[in-house]
Amino acid sequence: MHDTGPFNFKTNIVKALADKQLRRNLKSAMDGLKVKRRAVFADADELDALRAQGEAIKRRALSRLPDLLTRLEARCTANGIQVHWAETAADANRIVLNIMRQHGAEMMVKGKSMVSEEMGLNHFLEDQGMEVVETDLGEFIIQLAGEPPSHIIVPAVHKNKDQIARIFQEKIPDTPYTEDVDELNALARKTLRRKFYNGQVGLSGVNFAVAETGTLCLVENEGNGRMCTTVPPVHIAVMGLEKVVEKLEEVPPLLRLLTGSATGQLISTYFNMITSPRRPGEKDGPREVHLLILDNGRSHMLADNELRQALQCIRCGTCLNHCPVYVRIGGHAYGFVYPGPIGEVITPQLEGIEKAGELASASSLCQACGEVCPVRIPLPDLIRRIRREGVGRGSDCCVEGYGSKRGPLEVFAWKAWALVNSHPRLNAVNNRVLAKIGSRLPRLGPLAAWTTGRSAPQFAPKSLHQLVDEEGVPHD
Amino acid sequence: MIDTTREKILSRLQTAVGRTSPSPSTTCMPIATFTAEEKIAKLKGLLEAMRAEVFLFAKENWVDGLKTILAAKQLQTLLYAPDTWIGPTIAGAWEEDTQGLPRKVAFDQVIEDSKAELFQIDAGITTTRGAIAETGAIVLWADAHEPRTLSLVPAVHIAVLEAGKIYNSFCEIIQEQNWSAGMPTNALLISGPSKTADIEMTLAFGVHGPKELIVLILTD
Repeated sequence: MHDTGPFNFKTNIVKALADKQLRRNLKSAMDGLKVKRRAVFADADELDALRAQGEAIKRRALSRLPDLLTRLEARCTANGIQVHWAETAADANRIVLNIMRQHGAEMMVKGKSMVSEEMGLNHFLEDQGMEVVETDLGEFIIQLAGEPPSHIIVPAVHKNKDQIARIFQEKIPDTPYTEDVDELNALARKTLRRKFYNGQVGLSGVNFAVAETGTLCLVENEGNGRMCTTVPPVHIAVMGLEKVVEKLEEVPPLLRLLTGSATGQLISTYFNMITSPRRPGEKDGPREVHLLILDNGRSHMLADNELRQALQCIRCGTCLNHCPVYVRIGGHAYGFVYPGPIGEVITPQLEGIEKAGELASASSLCQACGEVCPVRIPLPDLIRRIRREGVGRGSDCCVEGYGSKRGPLEVFAWKAWALVNSHPRLNAVNNRVLAKIGSRLPRLGPLAAWTTGRSAPQFAPKSLHQLVDEEGVPHD
Repeated sequence: MIDTTREKILSRLQTAVGRTSPSPSTTCMPIATFTAEEKIAKLKGLLEAMRAEVFLFAKENWVDGLKTILAAKQLQTLLYAPDTWIGPTIAGAWEEDTQGLPRKVAFDQVIEDSKAELFQIDAGITTTRGAIAETGAIVLWADAHEPRTLSLVPAVHIAVLEAGKIYNSFCEIIQEQNWSAGMPTNALLISGPSKTADIEMTLAFGVHGPKELIVLILTD
């Protein structure tokens, strides 16, 4: 991550909220994406049916994951694709490095891949002396700026064109300052064409991997993904192990849900289905294709019937666009690869509660994320579950760091609350006392933290019980 | 070491899914079916909305139509695959050095031997395997006869589509053409010229792939 200090969510949030430019950039982009999504899913019944279908396909695939992965591997191998398995990001990075070294490669052209972000692949390869070139326009911009993506789909969404113009002028040799989007685009095209031409290895992610045919599917608009997977002599595809589906005919509904939710498109410009390296007689395409299947905590998530639902995610980013918290603070504040509601559920599971459990607090539980999720992941429920994991008692559960946020003061406070609210007399005394001194309680400890961003509650002079006793309730 | 990694992951997954039962299978959702004319109109409308240019020609005189387009666009070079069904037609369509028409270049060498020239070409012309009316996309099926870079590297991509091969939906073409029985090295859906909205969500065309997509629909 570009912030070198330890992750401090509160500091990040305060910083992001104070950045007016960031908030303007985010708001206009997210509003636009929401409007486009609504337009493409104008038929509510059709959307409901599609979401139910998408959910069923992913749930079924997850319930048969080892079988489907074994079949995918067998099909890919029969097609001439070399399959690799990696437990951790570090293992995956080493596999990629070895493939590059076997080919004497020094330069990689890269299509957009969130898994490669999860691996920290760019930094790893650069430390080994390799040149890594991000070719998706948004990724290219933030790579020049030395930043991680701030959104799953539109990685440079936090930047406006003035900022991008300055980055291009500074980082691309002989480039004049221009805010014209078409000119900026042409600059990127010219710069990256040379890279595609010379790239020795191309790397891509995978949106869906089809077990029955051994086909790797890639969704994109720019053509850089096709370049990375077609022009260099070696193609490496990296995928999280949850990306597999059983049948080719399960792909159309997922594709429709993905492009509609992500960018409000009926279909992306390109939908690329790769089934093998160059076959005899073919004049182009990579001579080698490698598929790297990464676990990195996913098999652990699968073990819990509730949390497993996060693995249904097709990485469309629409929960980010609809999240009132994300829209105000942007992706960088979340401090890890996956921001927004889905990040709040995935990251604490990947990194542990102690390190990242606080992310689950970044939700008002307004339910928007759950309502828009194309594969019906119950995100608000899972966010609450992560919160519960943090304060749970005992050690019988599955998220690392279970119970680590449980504090004696909080336990005492809730016990006292339960006591007061289950004994009427105690409750009456409590209410009378609070009515007198509640507003004058010193802002200390948790109360101080709680009131930094909120108004302190005003206690009414009389409780509801008292008012009802005195005035009665009118019955019609 | 790789093998033990594989076994470890698969065994963890097996333990994790062991307790659950699979939900029922799903198939394609039925969608409205269009008449032949409706399919053409729907496809044309959606492709044009994505800023592709779509032309309808009768089967017997599509080459004349193509020549008019090429001349109007003042393209200098046109790349084609000689072994496709349009290959011989293109090869014989006009004399070399015809005023106003591009020089024809056959894609007959492997990319390793033709890369420098490939990256200089103005336009590439391909066949299609079919098209999808519902979402507006053409289907390319790269194989030994038709290379992948033909529709990717040149700035203009011209695709020839027979009207009879337009299907209602993506799911329908997968089932009707029995794709699962054998996929090519690279199958591709294309719905317009290359584009991006990565700078301030402003739509810009021709970022890495073709800047223009021209679809010729051949009718009976």
